[in-house]
Amino acid sequence: MADWFTHHLGWMYWTWQSALFFGAIMASIAVLTVLDLRQPSVPRKGWLPIPTTRGDRLFLAIMSAIGLHLLWLGLAGAAWVAGASVLSAFLAVAIFWKG
Amino acid sequence: MRQHPWLFLFPALLIMSISAFVPMMTVVNYSLHNIFAGSSPEFVGLENYAAVLSDADFRGALVRQLFFTVTILLIEIPLGVLLAHAIPHRGSGMALSLVLLGIPLLIPFNVVGIVWRLFAQSDIGVIPSLAALAGYDYNVSLHAVDAWLTLVALDVWHWTPLAALLAFSGLQAIPPAYYQAAAIDGASTWSTFRHVTLPRLRPVLTIGVLLRFMDSFTIYSEPLTLTGGGPGNTTTFLSFLIARKASSYELGYAGAASIIYLYIVIVLSYVFFQLLSGKQGATAR
Repeated sequence: MADWFTHHLGWMYWTWQSALFFGAIMASIAVLTVLDLRQPSVPRKGWLPIPTTRGDRLFLAIMSAIGLHLLWLGLAGAAWVAGASVLSAFLAVAIFWKG
Repeated sequence: MRQHPWLFLFPALLIMSISAFVPMMTVVNYSLHNIFAGSSPEFVGLENYAAVLSDADFRGALVRQLFFTVTILLIEIPLGVLLAHAIPHRGSGMALSLVLLGIPLLIPFNVVGIVWRLFAQSDIGVIPSLAALAGYDYNVSLHAVDAWLTLVALDVWHWTPLAALLAFSGLQAIPPAYYQAAAIDGASTWSTFRHVTLPRLRPVLTIGVLLRFMDSFTIYSEPLTLTGGGPGNTTTFLSFLIARKASSYELGYAGAASIIYLYIVIVLSYVFFQLLSGKQGATAR
């Protein structure tokens, strides 16, 4: 399996970090798809300036996490970038809970 | 039976996965490595992103890109609406106008760039000859202002017809009863445009602004063929900078810059979409 992976997908330079990143996004989309098939999401208005469905909130959480990381990298460099990850996690909870 | 739409969507999703997601994943992976010719890739985490964000060349290209996009949106969308109003609404005049407006849209990007390069060529071009008659020393290869004006003129010539055609289709869909009601109420031309035409055009203008934003923000072929990014770096936009880095085999830097570029396009498109279509439901009723 590992040989097949290295032989056929080695040109993509996969790392476990990027695999985890894409895996988490794919898993989130899959979970939301199943949830929406079972119980369709209704837009709701929270502290975000627009009414949002579950999918909107996932999109906004991912985009704001990327934005926070880029802001951190631009202002403080690559050191202590885990700080941006912690802030992103808090923001994602706030978006999903009351957004 | 209810799951049939998924079956019909599957081929499109499969093609999308191969043509969009796989290259994007590869670019993300590249952005996490230092990749130079002749050496094995070295994992560097997010350092390429930090390098890109602190790079003066990247920031300069981003500012130029934003300025170019704002400029052409401010010109093309109002001009397109104006042109749409000027098009006859029936008869052969309408058909002829639509065909003439469609011609620039059929010309490939690089051909447009080459044609305008010939227009702007200092020894044989029509623009330097006309500028010389007016006593102006026009030179697209030496003067940044000339290069910018020519690039904006090129884009306006190429893409205003798209805004005009979209606005025209929107105008055609407005029932005459709205204008009759406005006339009975004694509304001025401006009031009719502001309170009747513009709200009804909002959906097509939203599409027009989004298409023109995404297209102008990723412009590449036209500056490449017209100015080559010069004079100096004055028309070097983000796409051009990234292509230059990738061709000099700085794939890690180019990958990180591409992902940041993609992020900016997605965020700004989302903001534009929310701003322009936010009250669409209310106005369309």
